[in-house]
Amino acid sequence: MSLPFKIALRFIRYNRSQSIFIILSIAIGISVQIFIGLLIQSLQTSLVQSTIGNSSQITIVSKLQGTPVSSWDGIIQKISSDPAYNKEIKYLSPSVDTPIFISEGSAINSLLLRGFDFKASDPIYHFNSHIIEGTLPTNDNEIMIGKQFAKDANLSVGKTVTVFTAKRQLKILKISGIFDFNVSAINSSWAISNLQTAQNIGGFGNNVSSIEMQVVNVFDAKKISEEIAQTLNNPSIKVENWEDQNADLLTGLQGQSISSIMIQVFVIVAVTLAIASVLAITVLQKSKEIGILKAMGLTDGKTGLVFLFQGLILGIIGALAGAGLGLGLSFMFAKFAVNSNGTPVVPLEINYFFVLISMIIAITASVVASIIPARSSISLDPIEVIRNG
Amino acid sequence: MADIIVLKSINKFYTSGKMKFQVLHDINLSFEEGSFNSIIGPSGSGKTTLMNIMGILDKPQSGEITIDGERIDRIEKKRLAYIRNQKIGFVFQFHYLLPEFTIYENVLMPYLMKDSKPTKEVMKRAEELIDLVGVSKIKNNMATEASGGQQQKTAIARALMNNPKIILADEPTGNLDSQSTEDIYALLRQINKKYNTTFIIVTHDRRIAERTDRIVEILDGRIISDIKKF
Repeated sequence: MSLPFKIALRFIRYNRSQSIFIILSIAIGISVQIFIGLLIQSLQTSLVQSTIGNSSQITIVSKLQGTPVSSWDGIIQKISSDPAYNKEIKYLSPSVDTPIFISEGSAINSLLLRGFDFKASDPIYHFNSHIIEGTLPTNDNEIMIGKQFAKDANLSVGKTVTVFTAKRQLKILKISGIFDFNVSAINSSWAISNLQTAQNIGGFGNNVSSIEMQVVNVFDAKKISEEIAQTLNNPSIKVENWEDQNADLLTGLQGQSISSIMIQVFVIVAVTLAIASVLAITVLQKSKEIGILKAMGLTDGKTGLVFLFQGLILGIIGALAGAGLGLGLSFMFAKFAVNSNGTPVVPLEINYFFVLISMIIAITASVVASIIPARSSISLDPIEVIRNG
Repeated sequence: MADIIVLKSINKFYTSGKMKFQVLHDINLSFEEGSFNSIIGPSGSGKTTLMNIMGILDKPQSGEITIDGERIDRIEKKRLAYIRNQKIGFVFQFHYLLPEFTIYENVLMPYLMKDSKPTKEVMKRAEELIDLVGVSKIKNNMATEASGGQQQKTAIARALMNNPKIILADEPTGNLDSQSTEDIYALLRQINKKYNTTFIIVTHDRRIAERTDRIVEILDGRIISDIKKF
């Protein structure tokens, strides 16, 4: 163990109240940083998840609105066989959207019939977990309707409804189930069928109206959608992504991130100042000892190292304590801040990389803070100390 | 014997605002290796400044300083620290022991500055010095747990740790009672004989100076007398 390190350790051990003070200020600062950081990150994840988790993140549609996408199986084939996309795209599924009118009693309701390849699109929409009654449509000419519409129109599973298509055809469809997507607009305006039913009703032939995708990292959606547009190079289609469609949400998230970073920066600045001022006092208190050490031949560099090591050691202890405290706070928050149904207000996601980064920042800040006292210890002239006795 | 410290035409002044005080006037002085000397003078005479210049803690505005054959008035700071560490031992009026370390660790400190792993011989030497100054009973106590006399003895042992050729002592007993003062002088004499260490003791007390072999008297920055006993 080098002498500066040894002296630093002893200074820390024997100035217990100052050391505890510094460690506490680092620990509290870092715990706040970790807690707020994790909270904001989790909040954003859950916000993004609830906004786009159950929907398409990249959508291929026809450039001409309302016209179908032809040769869609070729497009799906092309994307799913490209190894570059295999890693980035989780799910890929065709869908057919067509407006329908359901006459029930005296009212005529306009709905959007959405036809899916259930096998391919279930991972995107999680139909099964949203069915509250009945089953998915298993046969042609079966549909599933939303909770709200079922209530308003007084419909239930097993009943049949008369449907007018936009092309003025009449169809009788059987209700196979009722879904609840927790979004009232969807619950009152969507009807869901298999691909063929929607294709027949909408007169799509074998075409579809869109190809929907979910990606591994939702914030890569825009980049991937641009790559797909380039790969397909098809003038009759366009590739949309959720980021362009939800610019407001993204601006909001960005504002939140910036304010979170601001808080974290100011916390670090406050912690750094606290460490620097306490260590500066240590230099004053220890000036006699430092003076004699220098007189005895301790070089300026090693004298400065004593204080840098103090910053480093205090930083490491403070960062460890702070990480423990911050994670503890986060777990407590996840455990005690819950909704009435027992689920956490913000489902907490522990980003250990962020915790590690926060710790490294704290340790760096402590070392940086100790540069000021280290410099004043370097400029300390031993004869000043000895002369003043 | 050869001169271990040679000062030639040393001038030192301090400036305070526009005022300039000359503390040392053209000092020429040298000390033989192994000699036991004192510098006396009233406070403000410049004796401590002179000692600090000999200990390379302070720099004169002009003049030459040679320590153990090496001109030190124009070498770099790191080398100065090395010379202080290896060739000079300091004993001050206040002991300045590090309160966070034991008596034994304080004695070992000057060695640890150049080499953080003491060898067996070095540790043995530290023990011997502790024995020599008579604090072996409390060597594992923290420095703060020793009496004033014991602390000053520890400071002497520490000054001897790297086997320096010169010990510079500034009022080494200024803070002690008469019995401890007696002990310390007996000890310094003993060390001088045993290790042939050159001693330069700065004091304002003529009775203490009388017990050394050479008395250099300073007044207002000039040497006014230089008496050798033998």
